[in-house]
Amino acid sequence: MKRVGVFVCHCGKNIARTVDVERVAKELGAHPGVAFSQTYVYMCSEPGQALIREKIAEQKLEAVVIAACSPTLHAMTFGRAVEKAGLNRYLMDMANIREHCSWVHADDSAKATAKAAALVKSAVSKLQQGRPLTPIRVPLTRRAVVIGGGIAGIQAALDIANGGHEVYLIEKSPTIGGHMAQLSETFPTLDCSSCILTPKMVEVKQHPNIHLLTYSEVKEVSGAIGNFHVTIERKPRYVLENLCTGCGDCVPVCPVVVHNEFEAGMGSRKAVYIPFPQAVPSVYTLDMDACYNTDKLVVCENCYKACGPKAINYLMEPEIIEIEAGAIVLATGYDLMPIAKIDEYGADAYEDVIDSLQFERMLSASGPTGGVVRRPSDGKIPKEVVFIQCSGSRDPAHGVPYCSRVCCMYTAKHALLYRHSVPGSQAYVFYIDIRSDGKGYEEFVQRAIEDEKILYLRGKVSKVFREGDKLIVWGADTLSGQQVEVAADLVVLAMAIVPNEATKALARKLKVTTDEWGFLSEAHPKLRPVETMTAGVYLAGAAQAPRDIPDTVAQASGTASKVLSLFANEELLHDPQVASVNSELCRGCGYCLAVCAYSAISLEERLVRGHRMQVATVNAALCNGCGTCAATCLSGAIDHLGFTDKQILAQIEQLGEGA
Amino acid sequence: MADRTAIIIAEPASIPYFPGCTLKSHAPHFERSALASAGAVGLELVEMPRWVCCGTVYSMATDDLMHQVAPVRNLARVQAAGSERVVTLCSMCYGTLKQAAALIEREPAKLETINAFLTRDAGEPALEGRVRVMHLLELLAEEPRARALQEAVVRPLTGLRVAPYYGCTLVRPAEASLAGAGENPGLLEEVLAALGAEVVPNPYATECCGSYHTATNPEIVARRAHAIIEGARAQGAEVLAVSCPLCDFNLDRRQAEVRRLYPHFRPMPILYFTELIALALGLEAPAAEGRLVDPRPLLARLALVGAAA
Repeated sequence: MKRVGVFVCHCGKNIARTVDVERVAKELGAHPGVAFSQTYVYMCSEPGQALIREKIAEQKLEAVVIAACSPTLHAMTFGRAVEKAGLNRYLMDMANIREHCSWVHADDSAKATAKAAALVKSAVSKLQQGRPLTPIRVPLTRRAVVIGGGIAGIQAALDIANGGHEVYLIEKSPTIGGHMAQLSETFPTLDCSSCILTPKMVEVKQHPNIHLLTYSEVKEVSGAIGNFHVTIERKPRYVLENLCTGCGDCVPVCPVVVHNEFEAGMGSRKAVYIPFPQAVPSVYTLDMDACYNTDKLVVCENCYKACGPKAINYLMEPEIIEIEAGAIVLATGYDLMPIAKIDEYGADAYEDVIDSLQFERMLSASGPTGGVVRRPSDGKIPKEVVFIQCSGSRDPAHGVPYCSRVCCMYTAKHALLYRHSVPGSQAYVFYIDIRSDGKGYEEFVQRAIEDEKILYLRGKVSKVFREGDKLIVWGADTLSGQQVEVAADLVVLAMAIVPNEATKALARKLKVTTDEWGFLSEAHPKLRPVETMTAGVYLAGAAQAPRDIPDTVAQASGTASKVLSLFANEELLHDPQVASVNSELCRGCGYCLAVCAYSAISLEERLVRGHRMQVATVNAALCNGCGTCAATCLSGAIDHLGFTDKQILAQIEQLGEGA
Repeated sequence: MADRTAIIIAEPASIPYFPGCTLKSHAPHFERSALASAGAVGLELVEMPRWVCCGTVYSMATDDLMHQVAPVRNLARVQAAGSERVVTLCSMCYGTLKQAAALIEREPAKLETINAFLTRDAGEPALEGRVRVMHLLELLAEEPRARALQEAVVRPLTGLRVAPYYGCTLVRPAEASLAGAGENPGLLEEVLAALGAEVVPNPYATECCGSYHTATNPEIVARRAHAIIEGARAQGAEVLAVSCPLCDFNLDRRQAEVRRLYPHFRPMPILYFTELIALALGLEAPAAEGRLVDPRPLLARLALVGAAA
């Protein structure tokens, strides 16, 4: 029998007001196996911890029960305290006599005291069966993979790389830059978006610590924090990156014209293209889906012939790259809800009903209209434009009850830039509320309303339809209580921000949880905003929730600091309270594999008493100690270290004594 | 004709039909053209032997469960006659019956109360399970009838620019909407296009016609009718196709009030969609009886009927 010490905390009056702590200490002092028992007013305070350390040495204690609050609050504190006195921290246990006794039985002191004594005794019984455990040392690969090359991924990659660590930045499209590269100006300062983004893109390309993999997708992720194994497919761009000089000689000779994704479908590009002149890397891509050639047949060699450095290769194959990394940052961005989802606004039937990204491209000096606002249908300059905020957002009927956060601000910007661009024009904005909570945001909206004479109408639009060459917009002005009809030349919908499909697929691969709409879930909405519930996987940007550029950049830097603090360690220590298999009892049924949420168990062939057997084997570094496998095991072959069946049964037996 | 019949015989269909009051009083041409047209595409609409008022606005306007007895009683009779489906023509009947069916499916306790009343106090069969309430448009849009309809056309409505008009009870609320498609079912458009007509988009297709205000405040209805007809005309329409006797009354008969309010207003004919089907199938031509605006001059101009009498 181990010599157990019992330390009963008053927690000021929190416990002592209800539980007769002296009586508990006295009763435990006489309990079999208890060598020492004492109370103290604040056991977690430094004098309280000193008392524990002193008594461990003086009384030669081999295990310690702290009767106090919840272990979620102070198990770490007391673990460290007993360790300083040379005791293994897994031979310390806490009996929760505050939340489980004094707080919930405040009206019955006698029963609360009896329950407290019973809980402490059961903790003593548990420790009598306990064994010392040693934290598991796990090597740490100090290299990060950042998925997504928008402003979130760019910022996170730069910060981690500047911290001195290697970063792989993975982007599925031919260039980094993301949606921010499509924007014209940014609110509320009206900085040119490209002008502030492009230098960062170039910095990524030139950074010695960043490996940039564009036109690439993450195929598979295995492993855990410190040691992820990431499989990446580099899609064939049919242009050799190391030979392409970005001269563009291939473009004029290409006979294929298709919609340009970068121009939000408004402009065109050739089958061989660069998304925009400032793209990084400054390398052309051949879109084989659009090209006349196939992998079986080459019918057009125009680009090959035009290419000076002979960078075109029609037979390029996908390439698989395997990367070991210690941390992964998810910065996969967002999509706009398609206009087609909204029947009442024409469901994509009218060319002159466009979404906000299309309008951004129109405002952009490098956009398809050269910065002149023109209607897509006939190229005329619109004299009256209606902007509809909350197109899909805050609208459960369209499946998006949340606010998309950025639309109030960019719509004010759109209306203002439009008014500047077309003299004598009129802009209307339909809104539910104006949400302008950022620095300088409210002033910006007021400027749009007052100085630019933009007509803000508080109400929803019920219908948009074409009559002649006008778009008739029916809405309500709830402030005057009137129905409003506007004959507009162009309608711009501030479509809801929705998670993109790639994010959802990636979340499944990484076992990262998402919310009911598909945005990535943070570990704690207030206190752990950039971590996920999967250790080692971090978040940045609108993949987690709609957010604007300043918030995205701040969050990306926050994520990078989390990665850097992880990488400050030489190796990782893993809690040893994990599942452990008794291979002599295991019959290899594999039920435990099926229930393990962390893929920590595998069946491996072992020699057991001279027989070759399939036996469950736990990868302790992956095990999260949830105990599901131990509960599932029909043979009782799996034990949860620190909570073995022996320990739990001893506890239950002891609790039965008092009944 | 022989070939078409072959298709039709492949799936003979007979379905109980709930007429409602208006079709037996003010809109006999709606019923006549519908039954004939349905027959021509192999659909036999068999009038329920016993039916009562659908419940009309009473069942939709108040929470009083008593007002749901009428529609549920009708559904119970459909079931007692051995069918799980019933078809309607009048949009109002469709709306009341379908909303009652949705209500009792959502709140089984209410069905229990009504059933208790029906069986104990009225000595009638209870409603067990579901009866599917359908509108003729839904049946016509389903195969094989959609194809049969297209093939049965003998006089395509070529050149006739028609605007579909749904009104309210075919599309609202969403749980009782045609084919569950909400405010944009597209069924009228499909059927009219199958007849060879030129279907013009109608932004006013689901705008309110003024409904029962017609009884107490005809001017409200006249203003609605004006907006709806002019809205359709702006899209190029020459005729509106409707499915509701009340819409028909408000859009057609109220055109007299419209002209008093808007002296430059030009009349526009209003027709039940079934009248257009019957015309295209060569079954019968729309008549002027019971109408304010005579459709025949328009149809004659397009040589779809002989010159108006």
